[in-house]
Amino acid sequence: MQMIPPKADAADAMEIAGVRFGSRLMLGTAGYPNRQVMLDALDAGGAEIVTVSIRRISLEGYAESMTDVLKGKHLLPNTSGCATAKDAVLTAQLAREALETNWVKLEVIGDRDTLYPDVEELLRAAEELVRDGFIVLPYANDDPVTCRKLVDVGCAAVMPMGSFIGSGLGVANPAAMARIVADSPVPVICDAGIGTASDAAVAMELGCSGVLLNTAVAKALDPVRMARAMGLAVEAGRAAHLAGRIPKLARAEPSSPQLGLIGG
Amino acid sequence: MSQTLTINGQSRASTAATVAALLAEEGVPLDAKGVAVALNGAVVRKMEWNATALASGDTVEIVKPFSGG
Repeated sequence: MQMIPPKADAADAMEIAGVRFGSRLMLGTAGYPNRQVMLDALDAGGAEIVTVSIRRISLEGYAESMTDVLKGKHLLPNTSGCATAKDAVLTAQLAREALETNWVKLEVIGDRDTLYPDVEELLRAAEELVRDGFIVLPYANDDPVTCRKLVDVGCAAVMPMGSFIGSGLGVANPAAMARIVADSPVPVICDAGIGTASDAAVAMELGCSGVLLNTAVAKALDPVRMARAMGLAVEAGRAAHLAGRIPKLARAEPSSPQLGLIGG
Repeated sequence: MSQTLTINGQSRASTAATVAALLAEEGVPLDAKGVAVALNGAVVRKMEWNATALASGDTVEIVKPFSGG
């Protein structure tokens, strides 16, 4: 079935490092049932920015390149799997050479069970890569202090986690996410933890500029349909954020007029 | 002359004198898109593959983009 991607709103583009994107949904390319489902899902979600990893080639030979498969997308290489600033910096530099891009999704992982960032190494790598001319988008803790420090060293955006990578737990600390958004002079992208469409909508309602997710789509029963749902949720959440939600009350507030009641 | 290189984490004997020769030895086409090489922790630009000599004990990383999140 053909999935119609949500219409990008040109007047409300997401701008990162001076580049405008119509879609606020970024998708990963890993873990889909097959390559065609991945491509259909990317299209159905309307994603312009898609992430890839950088890995050692198989010594058996050279297979088909992701660059050909993902032609027309804005490729964002990640440094996933790196545990030190040194490895992350070299991976980013290799990605720059391989993909001819100075954009990088910086990941420096401190712990394999939680996949939490190693903040000290992350900051060190971010600083070094910014100095080397990279547009750095760091995967970070949902911690306003860490995010501020990443901005201070020159990151073009910050990407705090909604919750554990791949967990589907959604935005675990909405108050912290809203605080990060309120304080950040650069776009905030909610990265990781999204499980379903409402999670993506929540991130956008909190004021995030975009959402980056992978597993929620790739491992859904119907990845293409879920990608479309995510695209719509990001649009809906963005619109709700701009519209300005009503305050939450701990009591009822009738919506029908209170005058002219029958029997009143 | 054969030398010992560490290629993508594996210690191997190679007769390649340059990075370009090593890639040929490994079956990577020189015009392959998306391939990048680091020698002893520093990236070797594609234009320098021909001129960059290898020596015994060198560590070489040959990478390309894969799917990722």
